[in-house]
Amino acid sequence: MSRIAEIFAGRKKIKKAALIPFLTAGDPSLAHTAELVLEMERQGADLIELGVPFSDPLADGPTIQAASQRALTQGVRLEDVIGLVRNLRSKTRIPLVLMTYYNPVLQYGLKRTARKAAQAGVDGFIIPDLPPEEAEEWKREADKAGLDTIFLLAPTSDLDRIKKVVSLSRGFIYYVSVTGITGARKELPSDLLAKLKSIKKHTAVPVSVGFGISTPEQVAMLAPHADGIIVGSAIVNLIARHAEDPQLVPIVGRFVAHLKTGI
Amino acid sequence: MLPDKKGHFGIFGGRFVPETLMPALMELEKKYHHYRKDRSFKEELRFYLTEYTGRPTPLYFCRRLTEKLKRARVYLKREDLTHTGAHKINNTLGQVLLARQMGKTRVIAETGAGQHGVATATAAALLGLECDVYMGAVDIKRQAMNVFRMQLLGARVIPVEQGSKTLKDAINEAIRDWVTNVRNTHYVIGSVVGPHPYPMIVRDFQSVIGQETRRQILKKEGRLPDVIIACVGGGSNAMGIFYPFRSDPVRLIGVEAGGEGISSGQHSATLGAGSIGVLHGAMSYLLQTADGQIRDTHSVAAGLDYPGVGPEHAHYQDSKRAEYVSVTDAEALEGFKLLSETEGIIPALESAHAIAYAARIVPRLSRKDIVIINLSGRGDKDVETVAGLLAGGTV
Repeated sequence: MSRIAEIFAGRKKIKKAALIPFLTAGDPSLAHTAELVLEMERQGADLIELGVPFSDPLADGPTIQAASQRALTQGVRLEDVIGLVRNLRSKTRIPLVLMTYYNPVLQYGLKRTARKAAQAGVDGFIIPDLPPEEAEEWKREADKAGLDTIFLLAPTSDLDRIKKVVSLSRGFIYYVSVTGITGARKELPSDLLAKLKSIKKHTAVPVSVGFGISTPEQVAMLAPHADGIIVGSAIVNLIARHAEDPQLVPIVGRFVAHLKTGI
Repeated sequence: MLPDKKGHFGIFGGRFVPETLMPALMELEKKYHHYRKDRSFKEELRFYLTEYTGRPTPLYFCRRLTEKLKRARVYLKREDLTHTGAHKINNTLGQVLLARQMGKTRVIAETGAGQHGVATATAAALLGLECDVYMGAVDIKRQAMNVFRMQLLGARVIPVEQGSKTLKDAINEAIRDWVTNVRNTHYVIGSVVGPHPYPMIVRDFQSVIGQETRRQILKKEGRLPDVIIACVGGGSNAMGIFYPFRSDPVRLIGVEAGGEGISSGQHSATLGAGSIGVLHGAMSYLLQTADGQIRDTHSVAAGLDYPGVGPEHAHYQDSKRAEYVSVTDAEALEGFKLLSETEGIIPALESAHAIAYAARIVPRLSRKDIVIINLSGRGDKDVETVAGLLAGGTV
């Protein structure tokens, strides 16, 4: 059983959703990211998504675009993020998933990325611009290396696509809550719970929901209906606001603990 | 027949987009396959292309340019004479008609030089759809006249402040808008780039250029041309004129923007100096760093200032069906002056790249050879830029 599957199985046993914070690796620096990961784990994160910076993140809103840009200014590359995970593995077992656009992976090499990431202790990959139709080669390498490939579903996905994605996704399925890009939102779509229910009908793979979720209230509303709740832009915003603050790490930690109260 | 079912041209093309857009792309492909064969759709498109756009455009024999270059006979395919002044209208009329058939009430577009934005705003005004155009802040500055034209046509021009603030970033923003508003919005991509089925759709709508050219040259010269030259940014005017000649013994030459020279790093010569990668939904050649970040590009011609290129051109390069070369900003400026002074035709700076390359190779050809240059757009939009450059400003 993969580390990701283990976590979801454990949460399921106590009938609780997993809390999955996202942060961009290297924002404001790789050293900060390492500390933030450990603090988030202490404050109740069950799995952490690390964003790999890319120059043209077309599924992301202004918050994560800016974080990506800040990390790129630090010179952070895919290889550095894999190195970060390798260093973290002496300190934590928490599942770590890389969220990256396809081109950096392609340039580093599919086989090389999969092998090095797995060796370093990365558990899975989310590649938002790699739909199942184009993922065959990557999936073969990822499977061989023992990495979970997490595919996405969206409100626009019809039944055929739902079936295709749930059959390929490993670790969990990432349900995009809104028709849109990443970014904190005050309101989530009214049919979100129904959508989650209809996807869960077709699969035993855990379904996590993300995009737009930023408050403990939203977490509480969704937690009974999903296996995992992903919070990204709200955390990235907080990091941006306190990048220079010596209290950055505890501030973000408190926010994660606060989100966890929603579960 | 390319692309294949999944939208690949050899190893290039495909659909590298967020899941949210996959159903829309599949729907677009289905509807396109239906309407391309639909008699009333084809009739309506033909009506607008002739009565509204002014097609067929002339294939014009350049007597003075031919005399000046002293070798091959030089023709221009006059896309500059279409309504709105560039080939872009061929594609936007087709796509906006398609959008209307699909029940979309709004169209969006990206634009570099502003020609595609103007052409989309025009088609939207004509057919009564709402229109928003994304344009990099840098391009807004250097193509001010086209911004005003779009606004006059009732479109909203949205400045893009991200990244290099040029065409690439305008495409990013347009895709983000489309991801958000996909239910009522059609994204009118302006070149043979982006995810499948766009490279195919734009190629097909632009192929009218090559189809006319083929008929016209057979009528005027009784034979096919020896060389066809077109500028390549994303590559839609080039693909439009190349495609109907793909199975003929004709040299096809695409001219990329060499900017300040390939060795300076300040250029947009994607096929000449790029490597294979994925950007804006397709696999193709890209200008990128070793770790896969997209590089900033430069060209005096905003419409060529793009780090990617259409996947079918990438395939043509690898399969050697076409040759891709580049000319610098300075050479393009010479081409601009050459055509203005010898033929009384002011070309767009983009098209001036094709003129400049013709001026370079025609003297080496035989007197019997026939060369056709695709004059993709007219230069009114560039007059101010060129005036500044000739007065000694920097490119």
